[in-house]
Amino acid sequence: MNGHWKHILIKLSVALTVCIGLYGCQSVESKPDSSLYFALGEREGIQKIVDVFIFEIGENEEIIHHFEDTDIDRFREKQIEHVCVLTGGPCEYTGDDMIETHRGMNITEAEFNSLTNSLIKALDTVGVSVSDRNRLISIIAPMRGEVIYQ
Amino acid sequence: MTNHLSALSSTFYPWLIVLIGCLSAFHVSAGGKFIGTSGVTQVEGSAGGGLVPWATITGYATRDEQSSTAFGSYVKVDDFTMFSYGAAHGYKDRVELSFARQDFKVKDSGDTFSQNVFGMKVRVTGDLIYSPWPQVSLGVQHKRNLNSKDIDALGARNSHGTDYYLAATKAWLDGPFHRNFVVNTIVRYSKANQLGLLGFGGDKDDDYQWLFESSVGLFLNRQWVVGAEYRQKPNNLSAIEEDDWIDSFVAYFPSKSISITAAALDLGSIGGLKDQKGGYLSLQAAF
Repeated sequence: MNGHWKHILIKLSVALTVCIGLYGCQSVESKPDSSLYFALGEREGIQKIVDVFIFEIGENEEIIHHFEDTDIDRFREKQIEHVCVLTGGPCEYTGDDMIETHRGMNITEAEFNSLTNSLIKALDTVGVSVSDRNRLISIIAPMRGEVIYQ
Repeated sequence: MTNHLSALSSTFYPWLIVLIGCLSAFHVSAGGKFIGTSGVTQVEGSAGGGLVPWATITGYATRDEQSSTAFGSYVKVDDFTMFSYGAAHGYKDRVELSFARQDFKVKDSGDTFSQNVFGMKVRVTGDLIYSPWPQVSLGVQHKRNLNSKDIDALGARNSHGTDYYLAATKAWLDGPFHRNFVVNTIVRYSKANQLGLLGFGGDKDDDYQWLFESSVGLFLNRQWVVGAEYRQKPNNLSAIEEDDWIDSFVAYFPSKSISITAAALDLGSIGGLKDQKGGYLSLQAAF
């Protein structure tokens, strides 16, 4: 490798370090943007996603025990509202907050990831693109702290 | 005596790896982290990319779990080959212990340089995905070269040495092109010549140096990752020059149990032979 490239790469390394250090790489998107809501197919699309999601949870032996006492109809309704609101749709979330909902369940990190995998499967099944899937998961991921080990 | 020991160790280590593999298969589960998120195993046996370690702990274990990995990697450039293999254990997403054996071979002469690398990494803070700041780990790689006479002749000062590194790794779920994106940078404090395969320190420079390494990776989807790495190298020997390393890679994760990584390498000058380019193929199994 010649000196010119070496120089560029060292600069790049330094830039990356600074970038990580400052946490400056993450794009700061203004939230009230409903493009993801429309990309998921609005309320009808979200209903379909949540229906498949509930089916996937039923198939997921790692986490199904957490849903033994769940009122599935209510869960479905609140999930649809929640995804709708989170993606910028014209809905209102009428459920409990995340900490309240998961209190006493002691959901582990692995179980949270397993649930997310069920959601990803559902999104794949419904035919949501990798881009839109990543957009949705990145909106949901920050809630992890309010869900696990409560 | 030394010969007996090295003969014993070369018979012993493959079995050690098999043993660790079996133990881990019986005692721990695959682990609950997302596929691909602990990286693969780099050439010195630490969780990372191909050439550069990441701050991640090997395997898919969360804070409640343990996991193990085994790997084999083959490097082939114009005038050299290297086979590297080993195993690592991740304890509760906090500590990683690793062992790697490297056999580096000069194609023309058939001369082989070997070393054992004992590694440990501790996650200090952060979570690759979920913390707003990067996952940060401290690591050591203690290396024992088995060819002390040959490397003395090259001008190296020592046949064993220890690298220390600080790694910071961050993944963004919704990165460029709405893809998962990983950026990794480490600073390494080292005096190893060509990973230590040509000894430690030299007639030109026998001091520890701070070296930069970094990697970027883009998850095309959950199974396929493409990226590039850069690793700064020291230049301690007057007789033979050493260059920085770069590579571009593609990694495939068919399941959490296995991954395959292929890379195109540009390793510059090695052992007096310039412009060493070639390929890299690596297999990792996780338990």
